[in-house]
Amino acid sequence: MNANGAITNERSRLPWPMQLAVPAASLITFGTHLLIAQNAPPLETRSYMLLFWEIVGVSIVLAIAQKFWPVLRRWMRHMWPIFTAAILFLGVWDVITVGLHLLPLPYFPGPAAVLRSLISDRGLLLDSTWHSLVLLVSGYTLGVIVGLVSGVCIGWSSSVRYWGMPLLKVVGPIPATAWIPIAMVVSPSAIMSSAGLIALAVWFPVTMLTASGVSNTRASYLDVARTLGAGRLYLIFRVAIPAAIPNIFIGLFMGLGASFLTLVVAESVGVKSGLGWYVSWAQGWAEYGKVFAALIIMAAFFSTVMTLLFKLRDRVLVWQKGIIKW
Amino acid sequence: MTTNIAAASGVRVHEICKSFPVPDAPDTSRLALGDISFSIAAGELVSLVGPSGCGKSTLLRLVAGLDVPDSGELVVGNQKIVGPSAERGLVFQDPNLFPWLSVRRNIETGLVARGVLREKRNEVSEFMRLVGLETFANAYPHHLSGGMAQRVALARALINHPKVLLLDEPLGALDAFTRMRMQDEVLRLWENRRTTMLLVTHDIDEAIYMSDRILIMTPAPSRIDREIDIDLRRPRDRTGDSFLRFRGEILEHLHFAGNAASTST
Repeated sequence: MNANGAITNERSRLPWPMQLAVPAASLITFGTHLLIAQNAPPLETRSYMLLFWEIVGVSIVLAIAQKFWPVLRRWMRHMWPIFTAAILFLGVWDVITVGLHLLPLPYFPGPAAVLRSLISDRGLLLDSTWHSLVLLVSGYTLGVIVGLVSGVCIGWSSSVRYWGMPLLKVVGPIPATAWIPIAMVVSPSAIMSSAGLIALAVWFPVTMLTASGVSNTRASYLDVARTLGAGRLYLIFRVAIPAAIPNIFIGLFMGLGASFLTLVVAESVGVKSGLGWYVSWAQGWAEYGKVFAALIIMAAFFSTVMTLLFKLRDRVLVWQKGIIKW
Repeated sequence: MTTNIAAASGVRVHEICKSFPVPDAPDTSRLALGDISFSIAAGELVSLVGPSGCGKSTLLRLVAGLDVPDSGELVVGNQKIVGPSAERGLVFQDPNLFPWLSVRRNIETGLVARGVLREKRNEVSEFMRLVGLETFANAYPHHLSGGMAQRVALARALINHPKVLLLDEPLGALDAFTRMRMQDEVLRLWENRRTTMLLVTHDIDEAIYMSDRILIMTPAPSRIDREIDIDLRRPRDRTGDSFLRFRGEILEHLHFAGNAASTST
């Protein structure tokens, strides 16, 4: 075997410590749990144990499957250290809360209790997630559409900029949640006022970034297009807007962050559904296991939405690959 | 027929003046171009040389229709220039390719902008072949070298079949070897199509190598100081005696002009 072949061989294999890291971490974490939670409710321990058996089982299946599937192998090589750390983190959490009582109960339940809440209240959690999704999507979409239109108008036309910019600068920075008292009075339903508030929260950064992107289009791009016979519509839609897209995406990301915040606040104050409502409702009953369960769902939900936006950007801005670092 | 087209693509610049406001003093203005007149015959390749800041690019932008002169008249064929048009292509020193479009889509720009892509789609491949970029059709501009990007810019300007092609130091950012190769390439395109060309350059060799006629501009206020007919057969020998004689003549003139300008101020 020459050196080259050896190198290829080395790279195509997943080292066995890495293959075993996830099951090993699972055993350590669950072993810790058994040691410190001897008087925990049996139902809690059982579902926690089932979780680990599943993780161990899946990781063994994957460890075998990766031998025949290079894509999976690359993914595992990338993700396994993170997963291992996440599982060990559960153990640390367990030790801090249930084991050493460093954090006061009932505000900080152990991971097993949170898992128990997650499972027992799954119907309501799923329903809340669905309501949050509907509200988020409708508010965000509305905000993006209005923001894009107003941003392009302000960025392109100097007279619209003259009248629009002061309004944007004065009204925009007010946090959307500060409008809640007024929104509740103005709008016929809490859902609609919440969607409007989310739209308002999204509108400001999208407008701001779109306007600056459009107005900062390189003059020479516009000059070139004009000498090629471009009219005004071409200049706006085929030159200025594409040139502004990197900026627009920054606005979309900022808007998404603002929309999460507004969603949770609006739900806990006005709308009687959704994850934000669920959190404050569970808090009202002092069921902190449920609070944490909802936070976990929120983390998964929001990061999935964020990831989707990243994927969209990667697709739209594929021409930037190699120019800037993502 | 040929004469008809030729007659329609000559350029006449008549007593053009252009001034710009001085940034620090709003009420005063600086005369950028003072009473410029010249004309270019249809199918002629004319170079405009002169020290930087003498208003060459300003003049080119006026002919392109991107700026409006304070006074004077600009005519192509028998039509007054009132604004930018696909009849007058412009290529800058920076290729200014749209980074979000592939090479093919960049070249298509003029056809899309004029709404004739459907009828003329087959010309796109023809122009990509003309500049030797068929294999890069789907590449994005930042993958191209400087010379390749400038060839795309040329193809993008030529696909509209402009009557006049305006070149603003198009090869200025290229290295010496690429530049010489590109000079031959532009000449080949010109000889095939006989598009009227106005080339702004500060490379005297480039001007002598390429043009039928050279206009020498001097600054403050800018005017055309001298016209030199380059009556050499193409392809020209860059090291030939007559080439070097033209070179000496232009350098001497620019040096003299430079001295005159500095003593008068």
